[in-house]
Amino acid sequence: MLVDRLGSGYKERFSLFNEQEGLDDGPDFLSEEDRGSTLPNFKQNEFSVVRQHEEFIWLHDSFVENEEYAGYIIPPAPPKPDFDASREKLQKLGEGEGSMTKEEFTKMKQELEAEYLAIFKKTVAMHEVFLCRVAAHPVLRKDLNFHVFLEYNQDLSVRGKNKKEKLEDFFKNVVKSADGVLVAGVKDVDDFFEHEKTFLLEYHNRVKDASAKSDRMIRSHKSAADDINRIASTLYTLGTQDSTDLCKFFLKVSELFEKTRKIEARVAADEDLKLADLLKYYLRESQAAKDLLYRRGRALVDYENANKALDKARAKNKDVLQAETTQQVCCQKFEKISESAKQELIDFKTRRVAAFRKNLVELAELELKHAKGNLQLLHSCLGVLKGDT
Amino acid sequence: MAASSERSPPPFPDSEEPELLEDSDEGADAFTGTSISEMDSPSPDSTRPPKDIFNEPPEDIFSDPLSNINSEPQKKVDAKIPSPSSDEAVDLFSDPLDDDSEVMSSPEVQNPMPDLLNEPVEAPKSDVLGEPPVSSVKKAASSEMFGDDDDDEDLFKEPPKVVTKKPQPSGPPVDVFTEVKSDVKVKPQVKDDPTDLFAEEALTAPAPKPSAGSSSSRTNGVHSEEQDLFSEATVELSLDSPRNDRKNKDAVKPSVSAPAAPVASSSSKAPSKTLKELEEEESEDKFDLNISITNPEKVGDGMNAYMAYKVSTQTSLTMFRSKTFTVRRRFSDFLGLFEKLSEKHSQNGYLIPPPPEKSILGMTKVKVGKEDPSSAEFVERRRAALERYLQRVVSHPSLLQDPDVREFLEKEELPRAVSTQALSGAGFLKMLNKATDAVSKMTIKMNEQDVWFDEKIQDVENEEQHLRKLHVMVESLVNHRKELSGNTAVFAKSVAMLGSSEDNTALSRALSQLAEVEDRIEQLHQEQASNDFFTFSELLADYIRLLGAVRGCFDQRMKAWQRWQDAENMLQKKREAEAKLLWANKPDKLQQAKDEITEWEAKVTQYEREFERISATVRKEVIRFDKEKARDFNRQVIKYLESLLHSQQQLIKYWDAFLPEAKAIV
Repeated sequence: MLVDRLGSGYKERFSLFNEQEGLDDGPDFLSEEDRGSTLPNFKQNEFSVVRQHEEFIWLHDSFVENEEYAGYIIPPAPPKPDFDASREKLQKLGEGEGSMTKEEFTKMKQELEAEYLAIFKKTVAMHEVFLCRVAAHPVLRKDLNFHVFLEYNQDLSVRGKNKKEKLEDFFKNVVKSADGVLVAGVKDVDDFFEHEKTFLLEYHNRVKDASAKSDRMIRSHKSAADDINRIASTLYTLGTQDSTDLCKFFLKVSELFEKTRKIEARVAADEDLKLADLLKYYLRESQAAKDLLYRRGRALVDYENANKALDKARAKNKDVLQAETTQQVCCQKFEKISESAKQELIDFKTRRVAAFRKNLVELAELELKHAKGNLQLLHSCLGVLKGDT
Repeated sequence: MAASSERSPPPFPDSEEPELLEDSDEGADAFTGTSISEMDSPSPDSTRPPKDIFNEPPEDIFSDPLSNINSEPQKKVDAKIPSPSSDEAVDLFSDPLDDDSEVMSSPEVQNPMPDLLNEPVEAPKSDVLGEPPVSSVKKAASSEMFGDDDDDEDLFKEPPKVVTKKPQPSGPPVDVFTEVKSDVKVKPQVKDDPTDLFAEEALTAPAPKPSAGSSSSRTNGVHSEEQDLFSEATVELSLDSPRNDRKNKDAVKPSVSAPAAPVASSSSKAPSKTLKELEEEESEDKFDLNISITNPEKVGDGMNAYMAYKVSTQTSLTMFRSKTFTVRRRFSDFLGLFEKLSEKHSQNGYLIPPPPEKSILGMTKVKVGKEDPSSAEFVERRRAALERYLQRVVSHPSLLQDPDVREFLEKEELPRAVSTQALSGAGFLKMLNKATDAVSKMTIKMNEQDVWFDEKIQDVENEEQHLRKLHVMVESLVNHRKELSGNTAVFAKSVAMLGSSEDNTALSRALSQLAEVEDRIEQLHQEQASNDFFTFSELLADYIRLLGAVRGCFDQRMKAWQRWQDAENMLQKKREAEAKLLWANKPDKLQQAKDEITEWEAKVTQYEREFERISATVRKEVIRFDKEKARDFNRQVIKYLESLLHSQQQLIKYWDAFLPEAKAIV
């Protein structure tokens, strides 16, 4: 996995490799990254470290918690790899081992391995995207934690959050979303932000919906491909056991199905990669953008409150100085956020359009490629069947 | 067929001579032959002729001594059979003369018959393959019917041949009579030449001869057979006479008039030709008979409602009163037809195509539901299944000759099929029967001597098992494809919404285009799902049912075997008893014991013959079935793959159109 990303004149290269200790140990996600960098603040030009998913999360959280970055869209953290489904299937495979034929077993095992590999690649890609986003960000890439993350060649000894912290997070989220509703209700003075706010709210919901729907679509596509696979193998057994003249015919059709199901599975996988993952990423990214707007909205509300407090203080002529400083701090904070947020949102849009363009073009091309491959197979098979039957 | 009959007149005088010859030969055969044929086809069919006999001159039979009765029917049967054959010979000879394309057949035509007689079972295959002329005729028909390839003809060639033999044992006698009758009526109206009559008869008439083929049968056959004939006739009489048509009665008369001539002559060539003719006729039959089921219509309300289907037949076969006719039938009528057919023909080892299963759930939905897509699908599915079922029935050469089939296709009103109506009762009985069958199957340990059957039975069982598995998977594919279609539709909507909220114009446009593409793909998936279902899954379902029927044939054969073995055992016991009596020196009882022994000896030979005959029939049926299966699968799977091909073409079109839209995003 190589990705070239450029940040103003610097060229950085990440590559993530994933090591997995066999299917049986259960997935333990590790990523190793290589980084070739000419960034001045790195001590070496090439280095690599091994990082776990939790460490990525830690990095992300450190960005979120940093007040300095309040005005930026924090790159969304990569999702936790989901190997549950595969694990479940693996278990089923183990249980069913006795009851199926050897061919079926090998076939299922291959299927499972392929699926596993696909999830793996996907997970890696998502983690990579996160790092690339950070590295491409003019401010975040200079973050100290980021550098530690990339350079420190030992375990970061990041621990997962314990229960108490998780509970705190939960309450924070509840408060935040309740607050979010309050803040969202405030009419923004700036048309740009007002527009962005309504857009993002709607967009986020829609992209969430589309993402869920695409997942379902792809899942059924995969099941269909699996069915074709099984049909192919049954046809194969029919072809080998049948003593009539039909057997050649069955074998031929089985061969065809075996190939088409591969293509069909590829179609599903590519749709997953190009479409579903894109949508999923923008689901998270739009959430991050929404968070940015929330922070700005919060700052705005704070600022307005500070203004009101100042007015009150002035009217009562009491604690005026303190109110003034608060008001000033709030004002500064708000203005700082607004300033960077505007650029961030514009960037977000550019990035989004570019990403959609890239993926949709690729999707269409892949769909075409697969359909043409399928067509080719069907043509030649039909030619054979019509010719020699 | 009509064509051939028209051709026939000119050569008529010339052909007279060969005809005579052939007849004489037949006559020699005839006694044994007919007797054998009767004996071979034990209960239903063989019984028919006797039945007729009874209907016609009832007083005679009852007044006459037994021997008389026996001889009477025999004579009649003989007479009937040869007479058509002779006429038919005319056809044969005329054919080569008139029709150049068919002429080729004449030299070869003569050869095959000996083969047939010598090796009735083995011959058909090899013969068929070796005979270009017949095939050429058939090819014409087959190629028109099944369009595709030359290879088909192979498949095609054979079944008719096989087919021709089948009608011999059981069906023919009955048919001959009815046909003769109906033809006579028809001729004046329909403009067909009188020769038609013969041709029609020829279809059925020559049958007994080849079946008689096994020469060994003569000695034993006559005696035992007579008994059989008689006993069966009486039994059958009670069963059949009520619904026996007047047709049969009438039919007997013309045939009776013909007897004398044929008894005298024969030549081995002639029958072979008639066989050929038969084949041609057969293939033409198939070609000529088009059945479609349309317009399913709900009749009545509530739980008493039922679906009525329009059964339209298009044919130039003279056995039907007109060229096109339609009747309305309900599902239970179809089941009733099956019941009747299997009652008559299954114990002869015929493969009766099974009708689609009764579906209480589906039908209840139809009854209750208004305009539900799933019930519409159910009705369409059933319609298509019934259509295929009927087509299979009529493509079976001997079933087509069955009066019940014709009645089903032609008659305005059918008596309601009662047995299928009381579903629960009948179904329960059937289940019980099946259970006992299964038990007996387990207990009957047949030491199979015929390797062919041994392997075939195994194959069929394996195949059925695999087809079942495959069917389940294809069903699952159908479901997943449907699911995919539904999910794609939902996704398309969702993408359209996303596109509408996107504020980059080009991207928004591209997204709504994507939504359109997905919408179309959804349609595609849906179509494909129904193709999966109707072309692939239903094919499998049909063949699972058909394989069940094939197994039924094997079971019938096994039953025949069992009967034979039982008789053998009984004979053994009787002999032992006789020995004991001899030893005990009880002459008074000895005569009785001897009588019993002769009786059982006769039975043993009869049952053995029956078993042999059913084995031959089953074998032919299975070979025919395999051919048809190969053809069906070929056709259907190609059709299915073509539907897949079409889907992919559409997909390419859609994505091709979308690509520039995606590229236009800025």
